[in-house]
Amino acid sequence: MTTGLKAKHQRLILIVIALVALVGAGLLAAYALRSQASYFYVPAQMVADPPTPGDAVRLGGMVQAGSLKTEADGVTFSFVVGDGEATVPVRFAGILPDLFIEGSGVVAEGRLDPGGTFVADNLLAKHDENYVPRELEEMTEQQAREVVAETSAGPQDPGA
Amino acid sequence: MIAELGLAALWLAAALAALQLVAGALAQREGGAELAQLVRPAAIVQGLLAGFSFLMLLVLFAQTDLSVKLVAMNSHSEKPMLFKLSGAFGNHEGSMLLWITVMALAGALIAAVERRLPEKTMLATLAAQAFVGIGFYAFLLLSSNPFERLPVPAMEGMGLNPLLQDIGLVFHPPTLYIGYVGLSVAFSFAVGALLTRQVNPDFARAMRPWVLGAWIFLTLGITAGSYWAYYELGWGGWWFWDPVENASLMPWLAATALLHSASVLASRDALRAWTIMLGVVAFSMSMVGTFLVRSGILTSVHAFAVDPERGTFILGLLVLYIGGALLLFALRAGTVSEGERFSATSREGALVFNNVMLCAILGIVLVGTLYPLVTEAFDVRVSVGPPYFNPVGAIFVVPMLIVMAVGPLLRWRRDSLARIRLPLVIVGSVSFAALILVSLLTSIAILPLLGLVLALGLAIASFMPIRGRKLRLLPIATWGMMIAHFGIAVALFGMASETAFSEETLAAVEVGGSTEVGPWTVVLAEVRPTAGPNWTALEGRLMVSYDGGAATETDPQSRNFWAPAQETTESALTTRWNGQLYSVIGRQAGDGRWQLRLWWKPFVTFIWYGGMLIALGGVLALIGRVMADLKRRSIRARTASRRAEAAQ
Repeated sequence: MTTGLKAKHQRLILIVIALVALVGAGLLAAYALRSQASYFYVPAQMVADPPTPGDAVRLGGMVQAGSLKTEADGVTFSFVVGDGEATVPVRFAGILPDLFIEGSGVVAEGRLDPGGTFVADNLLAKHDENYVPRELEEMTEQQAREVVAETSAGPQDPGA
Repeated sequence: MIAELGLAALWLAAALAALQLVAGALAQREGGAELAQLVRPAAIVQGLLAGFSFLMLLVLFAQTDLSVKLVAMNSHSEKPMLFKLSGAFGNHEGSMLLWITVMALAGALIAAVERRLPEKTMLATLAAQAFVGIGFYAFLLLSSNPFERLPVPAMEGMGLNPLLQDIGLVFHPPTLYIGYVGLSVAFSFAVGALLTRQVNPDFARAMRPWVLGAWIFLTLGITAGSYWAYYELGWGGWWFWDPVENASLMPWLAATALLHSASVLASRDALRAWTIMLGVVAFSMSMVGTFLVRSGILTSVHAFAVDPERGTFILGLLVLYIGGALLLFALRAGTVSEGERFSATSREGALVFNNVMLCAILGIVLVGTLYPLVTEAFDVRVSVGPPYFNPVGAIFVVPMLIVMAVGPLLRWRRDSLARIRLPLVIVGSVSFAALILVSLLTSIAILPLLGLVLALGLAIASFMPIRGRKLRLLPIATWGMMIAHFGIAVALFGMASETAFSEETLAAVEVGGSTEVGPWTVVLAEVRPTAGPNWTALEGRLMVSYDGGAATETDPQSRNFWAPAQETTESALTTRWNGQLYSVIGRQAGDGRWQLRLWWKPFVTFIWYGGMLIALGGVLALIGRVMADLKRRSIRARTASRRAEAAQ
């Protein structure tokens, strides 16, 4: 009888330990997510309510036609991402993704520098019809018309 | 005709699953013996029919039958044969057919060979397997028919995403699916045992080889998937914490925990309810993964089609099966009697600790994966990546690795750390010396530093169980355990080393010019056009030499596929024993120079060698278990026949 009781006791202890660990993990996860999740911005939001410089965030929008420039080292690029309302200058050192074209959508992962330029570590462009960064799906729907207007009008002043 | 045969076989298989469920359930009652006879044959024939159906799909793709919608949408007559075949499961419908085929074949296999469990539990298990199967048959037949014909045959197929036209894709999905869906067996065993309340060491011994088999494939699938992402995506990373990767990691974590708790149940008759719980959780994670990947809720190279109807269907199945199993568990767990006791310092204690750690890590990955979906419901878009997963995961991984080094040295039931003082001192002092040495000589971040030190300690500790034992007498399963643990150490070393010591160069180089990355000198000898069966490419010929040694050639490409039209960068790898040079060629800058992106990644290959060692350990453990089982079975048969003789 005593052994039965003790076995029950042990089971209770095990359940408590497992619960404490799992709840602890959950709380830790919740806490970390608040500070470590990287938020998604469109240019209008980034201009109106900029993230703290240095925080990892993502910026999605259309690469403005005519804005892409290559710097002297041949591997650093600057371009302007816009959403029809506002624009944000972006710098990126690396190899541009395969389907990165002016006038098409892009999601940049990186951080805002104090000067207001978005420094991208990584660019996600449309890979093909089946693989579009999630944020860009709606973007293309919303702004398909503007983009068509922009691209068909030919190169424009990037600030326009 | 072939498409219709495939579809007919699929309907028949679904009908047999229904029969299997009904017969298995009714046979639980008194006088159900006749119905019970039906269950095993139904499961076997169901497996064969599903297999036949999948074979028909392969035939359609091999022939490029463009009157079938799926073929027209996903294949192309000019594709190499291997990729035509792999294209059969490189899409939503085909991959779901593969899923249900694996599930049916797994059910057929247990019906054919599993004789250790009490017959009633076995029938309940097969009924549970059929119950889960029916949902997925319905999903396939009602919303994702792979054999649908086009009203007018297409002139030419639309081709397969070039990222998927890779030898990796030929093996990656089937391997991963066998692992993923193989866990359905653990789920059905758990449900079966709960229904008949037969949770005991025999149950764990019967379940263990099946879990082990699924776990081996899952390990291989994750390893191969990681290597595929590494060389095919051209970003130089080997793990992105992409939701799709997490979807394969979560069942692996649960299955690893299940494997170890089943061990405790088999050897010591403890952790009964816990093992059942993990059996349910492991396959639930597989289903959650399928939901994430297949519902179109995520967009990635794995999400072939965005279709809310399908997402809702899978979500419904998910709620039904996971909710149902958890409800059953809640109702029955209290009636499963407690197992044997053990003290905290014992092998059981260590295994319990690591089980809890694995579950905590699973929880962290699950929360991080689902968080963006939850916030999106509130119209806040976030992505969760390494800054969350790495440090938060490490909080639980580090203690787990320490206990993993010590646990196998402990005895069952009750032990003291004093008894194993010598190995502890050896491992501890070597690790401590390494910690001091590495932190003095280099200035690497805390996580990779801990990784290197723990990898070393674990590598030594993993072979400590040999101490004081005759090598010849060591069971094969013990070798399996040691090699799998050693594999974890090897993979960890690769990860830490890659994180700590990688060097990167990004440069624009003219033809004939050179650049350097780490100990390598890289000369761009020429850029030339080249072509494959369905692509053309610009290929950079790089002459690379390590530390002033002889130059070897490596040829990264920038490929243009024409069906569908798409560009991809093909990285080139130069492998040495101590790492890999990873090169990517980009575009030509305006002044005629070419962009080169180069990484020197010391010991990065150890990540995948480690993964293969872990799987090898699993294979050895499986061989050991099955051999021990066959031996036990033949002894039992012999004593039974001797008894029968004596009775005569």
